Amino acid sequence: MPNPTYILLILLLPLASFLLMGLLGRSYIKNASGLISTAMLFVATCLAFYVAYGYFFMYGNVQDVYQKLILFDYTWLEFSKGLSINMGILLDPITAMMLVVVTLISLMVHIYSLGYMKGEERFAKYYSFLGLFTFSMLGLVVASNIFQMYIFWELVGVSSFLLIGYYFEKPSAVAACKKAFIVTRFADLGFLIGILILSFYAGTLDFNTLVQRLTSPASMGLKTAVASSFLGISALTWGMVLVFVGGAGKSAMFPLHIWLPDAMEGPTPVSALIHAATMVVAGVFLVARLFPVFAISAPDALHVVAYVGVLSALFAAIIACTQTDIKRVLAFSTMSQLGFMMFALGVSTYGGEGGLGYTASMFHLFTHALFKALLFLGAGAVIHLVHSNDIQHMGGLRKQMPITHVTFLIACLAISGVPPFAGFFSKEEILLAAFQHNPTIYWIALLTSGLTAFYMFRLYFSIFWNKSYHSHSEYHGEGGFAMMMPMVLLAVGAAVAGFIPFGKFVSSDGKTLISEFHWQFSIAPVALGIAGILTAMWLYKKQNSKPDAIASSLNAWYKAAYHTFYMDELYLFITKKILFNVVGRPAAWFDKNVVDGMVNATGNTTQIISEKIKGFQSGKVQDYAIYFLAGAIALAVCGMYIWM
Amino acid sequence: MNDFFIRMKPELMIAAVIFILLFLKLGKGLSNNKLLLLIQILLVWNFAFGFVMNAEGHLFNDMYQTNAMMSLQKNILNGGVLLIALLFTEWFQKCEHLTEFFILMLSSLLGMFFLISSGNLLMFYLSIELATIPVAALANFHFDKKISSEAAMKMILSSAFSSGVLLFGISLIYGATGTLRFSDIPALLDGSALQIMAFIFLFTAFAFKMSIVPFHLWTADVYEGSPIAVTSFLSVISKGAIAFVLVSTLYKVFQPYHTIWYSMVMILSIVTMITGNLFALRQQNFKRFLAFSSIAQVGFILVGISSNSIQGTTSVIYFILIYIFSNLAAFGVAGLISFATGKERIDDYKGFYKTNPFLSWIVALSLFSLAGIPPTAGFFGKLFLLISGAAAGSYLFIGIAAINMIISLYYYLRVVRAIFMDANERPIEKITIHPMTRIALIICGSGIVLTGVISWIYDAIKALVN
Repeated sequence: MPNPTYILLILLLPLASFLLMGLLGRSYIKNASGLISTAMLFVATCLAFYVAYGYFFMYGNVQDVYQKLILFDYTWLEFSKGLSINMGILLDPITAMMLVVVTLISLMVHIYSLGYMKGEERFAKYYSFLGLFTFSMLGLVVASNIFQMYIFWELVGVSSFLLIGYYFEKPSAVAACKKAFIVTRFADLGFLIGILILSFYAGTLDFNTLVQRLTSPASMGLKTAVASSFLGISALTWGMVLVFVGGAGKSAMFPLHIWLPDAMEGPTPVSALIHAATMVVAGVFLVARLFPVFAISAPDALHVVAYVGVLSALFAAIIACTQTDIKRVLAFSTMSQLGFMMFALGVSTYGGEGGLGYTASMFHLFTHALFKALLFLGAGAVIHLVHSNDIQHMGGLRKQMPITHVTFLIACLAISGVPPFAGFFSKEEILLAAFQHNPTIYWIALLTSGLTAFYMFRLYFSIFWNKSYHSHSEYHGEGGFAMMMPMVLLAVGAAVAGFIPFGKFVSSDGKTLISEFHWQFSIAPVALGIAGILTAMWLYKKQNSKPDAIASSLNAWYKAAYHTFYMDELYLFITKKILFNVVGRPAAWFDKNVVDGMVNATGNTTQIISEKIKGFQSGKVQDYAIYFLAGAIALAVCGMYIWM
Repeated sequence: MNDFFIRMKPELMIAAVIFILLFLKLGKGLSNNKLLLLIQILLVWNFAFGFVMNAEGHLFNDMYQTNAMMSLQKNILNGGVLLIALLFTEWFQKCEHLTEFFILMLSSLLGMFFLISSGNLLMFYLSIELATIPVAALANFHFDKKISSEAAMKMILSSAFSSGVLLFGISLIYGATGTLRFSDIPALLDGSALQIMAFIFLFTAFAFKMSIVPFHLWTADVYEGSPIAVTSFLSVISKGAIAFVLVSTLYKVFQPYHTIWYSMVMILSIVTMITGNLFALRQQNFKRFLAFSSIAQVGFILVGISSNSIQGTTSVIYFILIYIFSNLAAFGVAGLISFATGKERIDDYKGFYKTNPFLSWIVALSLFSLAGIPPTAGFFGKLFLLISGAAAGSYLFIGIAAINMIISLYYYLRVVRAIFMDANERPIEKITIHPMTRIALIICGSGIVLTGVISWIYDAIKALVN
């Protein structure tokens, strides 16, 4: 058996980094804080690799099935027998994978920030927040208890709030962090209710037991959960959909995605860590964690997952084609790719060949973390040089920043699904899974994948080709070694990660899934991807008027997409007009007349009582004695009455 | 002989400290600063030693009994007194009669220890007097203030009255059962009117000491008039000790009258919570505010007591532990402010956060904990009280308690709002904090944060309860 101390250490090192930098950073450690945190995280990353290696190659696999190991279990709060909140560590293939992803990307961001955030005033605080985030995210992935996951889920939200609002002197950053927090809070409410419903029927909060009780047909909990219904839908489906709402909030699924583009107000390395590779996949991870329940007992909820996923993918891809802010393009692209992961889970079934979607989703999560983090880091390097987020201010940068150019190109090829880069393999599996189970979703996904290639290369050509670059400020290089090293490492990852035989390690039921490679099947997506790239090249490689012409010919549509289909305005309308008038006004009236009235009445009553009991609290000891005696007699009478 | 020393260890330790102080008083005497440091060291030692070498058993013909739970209760009180000694360092350093102050306070503590350990009604009576009379003298320690003398006078007169009733009850019990030993009484309780009368007289003594409504009237005057160190001793340590004893007396000695005291406790609890809340709502003086809020807290303790189970005992001990941290933190900061500026009104606290962030956070933590807002320890304390109370079955009662908890939120948050949000052109200036005080405040703060989260504390207490 593995030693749980290692996993605990993986969690505790970032926590220690958070405490150390938070308490001592500002006054004692200062500029060394970055190096110290990075060193601590480096150790954690090595341990994560060690644990994952041990799990996949030494002890995890028993008789060809990967086990769900509980390595550590501590009862934190016990409600009744069986129903308790535990703090534990659950190690299974997806946990092992996530441990590696989170620590690795976090380490890369730590290193990168050494260069990117250099000279920031609150440097130590930045690193302490990074530590807190890494700790909470790791706590989330190892959670063995659904409530433990919820606690860390909220912690992740808090630390993301702190990091988005890092530049708190900027009003837009403050607004963005509030928006992110509030929107995800709403979603989390759904998650919490979902947890309550599931735990009510399963009688436990422990993941393994919960999954086991809600999937075995003989269990009482499952029978009642399926039998009892609300609005014609079974309680179990409600519970699972609500849990998914929580996941959709974190993973920015339509229509709860509105916080993600705004969250780009945070420092760019933070976007790479939180809004590309780790936090936003928490929702996917949650669905994967409860996947057996979704697949076996609540297929309706799984359909919801699939359709929400694919619609988000398409919707975000269309918007991404029109945005001009480099980070917003990447944000929408993230949302689109998350949609891919979601619907891949949605079309999957439990076990065997049908579980291809599950494996593909996790595979895509893994490769996407690598290339999307790389894209964000590259974007950070570009912004560092140009001092603007707008791609119209960029162009011709390939000479100024050769390393960024090459790594960015690799990442773009990877995300567009061009062989042999990582994204090709994972996306191919997703499309295959969709093709086998749901043709409608397959066609939408195919279209989206073409769009993906288009908007990514639109970005690439606009930044690195198009017009030639004239700098307003002095050219100060691409950024130091600290910034280039993580990008090169991630680029290597994005290039070769696709060759990992993922089905061997991660599958819905723990058994090896042999996915065959059908090259005929790949022709259509790859051809479409290349068509997208060529279109982008035709439109954006040289400065010309074609894009504007197309935009104006599609005027209304283009505008709608540019304004992200007016989703923000819709929300504003709903909150300002409908909520305010329909809910807010009556609530205000209620508050003013009824609640205030009651409070005032309480106050007045208190006043009146206090007037009355001026004699009661008279300050005269003889009076006190009288009341004492009266109390004693009243008690005596009362006692006698009860006894008789 | 050995048994004697080990079983009475807590009492002997306190007595030893008292004697050391008395001998020091005989000579020329040390300077206040040194003396205080010595006292603090002695109390730390006393507290640390309280964890080890605890024995079970009884002495003097069952007059005195002890077990692991009682040792824990005594040591919780030890810890509380230690915190008081640290918190008000600056006030003590200026105090004219420091030696006497601690001799009196520790004598009262000694009385409480005997009270916890008493196995006989006579012992019970003697120790309750020993616990009370020195405090009345302490209340008078603002020698230059009339209000302080008034407090002392009111306290001694009221408690004399309460003692009279208690003694009457004890003699009636002796008359009706022919014994004073706690272990013999339960078997002899037959439900005659005389016995019930006697029990209720006995009960009023507890109600008086714990300031349960309507026996609470002395509380506000005494709390306001006394020096703040005495107020905190009275409202935290003294109440804690009496709550411990009330639990064991009701559960063990008067178990046959469970039906009677359950209803009594329930009614008194409701009345106490409501009255405490209503009065706390309109206080402007922070000390008086804490006095009334502590009356409301007693109402919650009664909810736990009503459960009549091991869980009830556990939750009461657990709550008192948290209550010591929370209330002492609030009193500590109030004492600092009052000593530095003489201000005690809640309105004066406006804008306090701007100048004193550390103290503001401590007050906020303690008030959150008193209000029972998660994840502070106070939340868990109240949660366990309510859960154990709910086990006894009256959900209406628990519902009323929960509503009162919400009402109390309002006035606790009012203070937090004054400190953090309200603007003030001339807020209280930055207060220098003595290192000892700072240590004590940090201990209280971490106690508030950690006691709730570390769940094994509750289980550890439960393991000791019998």
